[in-house]
Amino acid sequence: MPVNAANDDPEKARRFRDAALPHLDAAYTLARYLLRDANDAEDAVQECYLRALKHFDNFRGTAIKPWLLAILRNICRAEYARRAGSPTAALDEVRDETAQTPLWHEAPETPEGQVLRRWDADTIRRLVAALAEPFREAFVLREIQNLSYREIAEVAAVPVGTVMSRLARARAMLRSAWLAEQEPSK
Amino acid sequence: MTCDEAEILLHALLDGELDAGHAREVEAHIAGCPACAAQLNTYREMSMAIAVADLGYAAPASLRRRIEASLPQAQAPSPSRRSVLKGFAMGSAASAIAATGLVAIVLRNDDEQRIESEIVSAHLRSLQAGHLTDVVSTDQHTVKPWFNGRLDVAPPVIDLTAQGFTLIGGRLDYVDGRPIGAIVYRRRQHVINLFVAQTASTESRGPKMETIQGFNIRRWSDRGLNYWAVSDLAADELAEFGEKFEAAMKSSAAG
Repeated sequence: MPVNAANDDPEKARRFRDAALPHLDAAYTLARYLLRDANDAEDAVQECYLRALKHFDNFRGTAIKPWLLAILRNICRAEYARRAGSPTAALDEVRDETAQTPLWHEAPETPEGQVLRRWDADTIRRLVAALAEPFREAFVLREIQNLSYREIAEVAAVPVGTVMSRLARARAMLRSAWLAEQEPSK
Repeated sequence: MTCDEAEILLHALLDGELDAGHAREVEAHIAGCPACAAQLNTYREMSMAIAVADLGYAAPASLRRRIEASLPQAQAPSPSRRSVLKGFAMGSAASAIAATGLVAIVLRNDDEQRIESEIVSAHLRSLQAGHLTDVVSTDQHTVKPWFNGRLDVAPPVIDLTAQGFTLIGGRLDYVDGRPIGAIVYRRRQHVINLFVAQTASTESRGPKMETIQGFNIRRWSDRGLNYWAVSDLAADELAEFGEKFEAAMKSSAAG
């Protein structure tokens, strides 16, 4: 891999390595969920680290993880656009503000606690992967990456209020999907 | 507050994102609204189920190697290493290279020893009354989130009660001038401090057992984290602890 002269600064590379490499699993996880493909995820993460090193001088924040994930997220969006063959079809675009169906349909007295406790990782992964992109993104950043709303807003380039409503929708959809999954076995 | 508003805000409440004033408002609504209370409960269960499931993916080793290979190599020796190097009167380039390797190893061990003796000091400090734990819980799902925001790494917290090592809590400590996570276990009357710090090196290193000031230390590295388990337990029991911990990490990564 060619390294351009501007990046050939061992001290900078060392600082970058110390700061960014511990988040490799987190980056790979986000890419897996956003792209839903292991090979594409590897390529996106590698590209992310190259770009991040290049722009490392511009990093002024205190937390590198959201900064790194924001770069990765933009790469993933570009990959989406490439797949769709058109930049405008970048996402399964969903309006957060459009008239929403109620978040809560079922009678609240169902004893769901016991049902929900039996969630296994493979099922949750599958259900999360089925969420529409903006909701999946918000959900993964919160529940798996443990980012704060403010950090998620930074990564997804949306206001904090949007993060909150996307998370609420994501969890409501996930919960409905899980209950639907349970139906036939009952 | 209406149910529509509460429906959104209860997520922020659950995530600890509301300021005290809004949190009180949402809690007041929930106290008087069984439907919203049921929702909050369900989402709380969901969050816990998701935290238990560990939905992350480990980056493939090949990806790690590719990224490390693409970074410019940091070989600039620090001034102190230079001065050590000067102590060797070098004749040829070949012997200079050989000596560099030797010095690097010597320095790394020095560094390691210094950190290990700091680890033992931290262990001793923790044994003083009231210093052992910042968060007291035998529940890994209480201890793990406690570290969020206190460290830039999430230390793995694993309950090993079934394997004979009781999780009793977590603590923030300082080693090598940096905050470090300590997870505290107990075996009979013996305290085990498991210190976890992130490392730039992603290679896994097998366990190494040492004795410093009468305490046993088992040190190993895995997936970008350095581990030091310190205790006055006998070496074989501390080794057993390390093995159980690593086995539990492996099975949770596979599951």
